[in-house]
Amino acid sequence: MEPGEDLRKLQVTPDKYLTVRYAGASGDYNPIHIDEELAKQVGLPGRILHGLWTMAQVARAQTENAGGPHALKRLSVQFRGMGLPEHEITVTGTVREVGDGTAIVDTVAEQNGNQIIRNAEAELEV
Amino acid sequence: MAIETKAVGKTFPTTTYAVGREKVKEYALAVGETDPIHLDHEAARGAGYADVVAPPMFAVVFKAPAMAPAIFDADVGMNFALMVHGGQEFRWGPLVVAGDEIQTNVTVRSIDERDGKGFYVFESVSRNQRDETVCVGTWTNIVRGV
Repeated sequence: MEPGEDLRKLQVTPDKYLTVRYAGASGDYNPIHIDEELAKQVGLPGRILHGLWTMAQVARAQTENAGGPHALKRLSVQFRGMGLPEHEITVTGTVREVGDGTAIVDTVAEQNGNQIIRNAEAELEV
Repeated sequence: MAIETKAVGKTFPTTTYAVGREKVKEYALAVGETDPIHLDHEAARGAGYADVVAPPMFAVVFKAPAMAPAIFDADVGMNFALMVHGGQEFRWGPLVVAGDEIQTNVTVRSIDERDGKGFYVFESVSRNQRDETVCVGTWTNIVRGV
């Protein structure tokens, strides 16, 4: 990896029932993620994605670029807005600096033109 | 009204989570992992691991039992109706594999008020059965209108 280099982008479209599977896999059963009616009652457009699922997509973009899960040493993110099922998410990243066997990557996750994860920074072993 | 900060420094009981092969696979599939080291224990062994490898973000699974009492703690006193998960950081050490037992300790790192919002920061430290630190997590929850 070289400074200024773009990571291969990751594109993923969470299907209609993804939030149900992720709720079971993660143990986060907050109903705003799995109950369409309740989500609307509390003013959301419908069921929203778990932020930590979206963060897992940002993590996966790093590990797939860096050659495996061992390479991801740190990831920090800010969550903004909300992600929705059945809309494509794109994770992009750019290498900011490389040194001492470590690359620092600036990365974001975008959906429908909104950065739902922004100001994210990954530290990769290279 | 000043934000209540009496919970800063508070710690919570240590939790122990036994990492199971099928749970790792279920989680890996839910987040879209395709690398067989997460899904097939023979592939993982072929790559030099003892069993299926937990994806890094599996940390949320083994940390959850330790985080819940902190998030819901009455001394912390977050107003859930006005709370959002604002930010998250993880730092990772050695990889976690099925068969590991992970102990996690959570501390209330800070509670601050800025621009009328409360920033509640929790730190969780997770260690494996060899006392290696496998993951340190920092949760930032933001509560509007404190």
